Amino acid sequence: MSEPAVHRTVIIDESFRVHHLLDRESVLGPVMLSPLLIYLVALIGLPLVFVFIYAFSDATTGSDSFGFVGLQTFQTTLEDPVFRIALRNTVVFTVLAQLVVIVLATVLGFVLSADFRGKWFVRFLILLPWTTPVALSALAWLWMLDSLFSPFNWILGNLHVVDQGTPVAWLGQDSLAVGSVVALQAWRTLPLAAVILMAGLTSIPPELSEQAEVDGAGFWRRFFDITMPLLAPIMMVAILFGIVATFTDMAAVYILTRGGPGNATQVLGSWSFYTGIQGGSLAQGAAIGIFMFPVLLGVCILMLRRASQTEVV
Amino acid sequence: MAEVEVREIRKSFGGGNPAVDGISLTCKNGEYLVLLGPSGCGKTTLLRMIAGLEAPTGGDVLIGGKSVRALPPRARKIAMVFQSYALYPHKKVVQNISFPLEAQGMSAQERMEKVKWAAGLLGIDHLLQRKPRQLSGGERQRVALARALVREPQVFLLDEPLSNLDAKLRASARLELKQFQQRVGVSTIYVTHDQVEAMGLGDRIAVLNQGRLQQVGTPEEIYHHPANTFVATFVGSPPMNLLERDGKLIGFRPENIRLEKNAGSRDDATVFRGHVLRVENLGSDRYVYLRVKDAHGDTNVIAKFAIAEPLEFSNDEDADLVIRNRNINFFDRDSGQKAAA
Repeated sequence: MSEPAVHRTVIIDESFRVHHLLDRESVLGPVMLSPLLIYLVALIGLPLVFVFIYAFSDATTGSDSFGFVGLQTFQTTLEDPVFRIALRNTVVFTVLAQLVVIVLATVLGFVLSADFRGKWFVRFLILLPWTTPVALSALAWLWMLDSLFSPFNWILGNLHVVDQGTPVAWLGQDSLAVGSVVALQAWRTLPLAAVILMAGLTSIPPELSEQAEVDGAGFWRRFFDITMPLLAPIMMVAILFGIVATFTDMAAVYILTRGGPGNATQVLGSWSFYTGIQGGSLAQGAAIGIFMFPVLLGVCILMLRRASQTEVV
Repeated sequence: MAEVEVREIRKSFGGGNPAVDGISLTCKNGEYLVLLGPSGCGKTTLLRMIAGLEAPTGGDVLIGGKSVRALPPRARKIAMVFQSYALYPHKKVVQNISFPLEAQGMSAQERMEKVKWAAGLLGIDHLLQRKPRQLSGGERQRVALARALVREPQVFLLDEPLSNLDAKLRASARLELKQFQQRVGVSTIYVTHDQVEAMGLGDRIAVLNQGRLQQVGTPEEIYHHPANTFVATFVGSPPMNLLERDGKLIGFRPENIRLEKNAGSRDDATVFRGHVLRVENLGSDRYVYLRVKDAHGDTNVIAKFAIAEPLEFSNDEDADLVIRNRNINFFDRDSGQKAAA
């Protein structure tokens, strides 16, 4: 006599197989999110906590000793004249670079959203600086601004704007060095802003501009009275991104001028690095870095509020 | 106020058939002219060329007898209402209405008076301080009309202004539009794909198809004497029935059919033998679907009766269709153009 067939409850076994486990949102969600969370906690969250701890301590790179000293590090930092220059420069560079970016990005936004032959190539060119790492592009600028080999000097020399015998020291003179850093910052934050503004322009219904045209408005009235107000919220987003990128950046200054000449182009990022890492005073480096915090916090709040208030027209 | 004329106007967007293929048309002074056609027939492109938003590939546009081809939209003294109303979302109603006046450089005081006049005419005084997003569809339409009216244009151009309203609002909005135009008396060119709107609003209707003008005429002419089979079947719901007989197409409206049992031949009417397929009760009307033999074989015909009329036929019965000769249109079998009997 044959045994009766045994019916196993295969359904339960099946549910423990990995590919079925991933069908459950309660498993799949955390699995997919964990790389991001680990990245955020390990590389952003923890360092931020350490910066705050260090800023209230006397930690140096040279010894293991660690003691809390309260606000003393901040006091030292505020009294440091280079810190004040760095703080001022950071704000000035950010404001100047973003002013340049707003104007140019709006123009480029129109170019990007326009329809013409060879559009893809122009878009490609505009986006190129954005795809290049800061350090690489800063190196390229370093060469372009070199006192001997600068192509700018060559062009200006051949146009007889400057004397070929005495080339312009782009990075050797205070005001020119400041201009160079601002130019680099504007150049590298421009593409993202231009793309954001292009998206903004595309989202404005074309009939609004046409209606204004029929209503008798000329180009400038249409631009300032219709397009700009509608573009303002998205422009704000572009500017906030630009502020974050410029305010916190140290690579541009570090590679281009090393904060020089003197400390004329020193910014919070670079001065924090020189003091904390190269100078060995971890505590003071951290304290300098913390001065970026209020600005970034403000920007973040503005960004999040924008995001939640975005008004669909 | 002015007469608008297009002469042999043409627009091609490159490749394929031209969107507008040589249309000549005049909107008389103070007239309400409706451009009617299916989507893609070129009616909106034609309107945009009159407005100056689209440059014609050929032909000319005249407003008040003068060519405006070289003029930008703002110099043409026209007002346009878009399908979406295109209210400036960041401006209050009052600023929306006064925008064309600002562009003219009018003083603030004069502007305010004009805005009040236009708002009063359209009954939107109480909405002046609102933003467009706080308005209903009907209110938006009135604001768009006030903005169009305020600069006292020579011509109104309206691009399907009712299509964004729900069906309930549409009938009352239609009435308002018509009353508004009669009050201000400005030449109006109105684009629509809805034949009910066209019949109800237009002093004259221009029917367009595939970039060409099919017929221009009063709603009665268009409805009762269509120039070709396209107009005959596009206007009217259900459309005109077309049957082939003696090498011609015979067209008659569904409501012009009488059904009889064993109708003999008549002098003043034409008779077809038919078979009832189905009777459909639509509340106020009754549609009777019939099959009729013609030179082509079997052709389906729809007859329409008011529900109050008694109907002695039901599904699957033979019935004779009697149509008075004066209600019959003849068309050429090949070209579809109107032909003599």
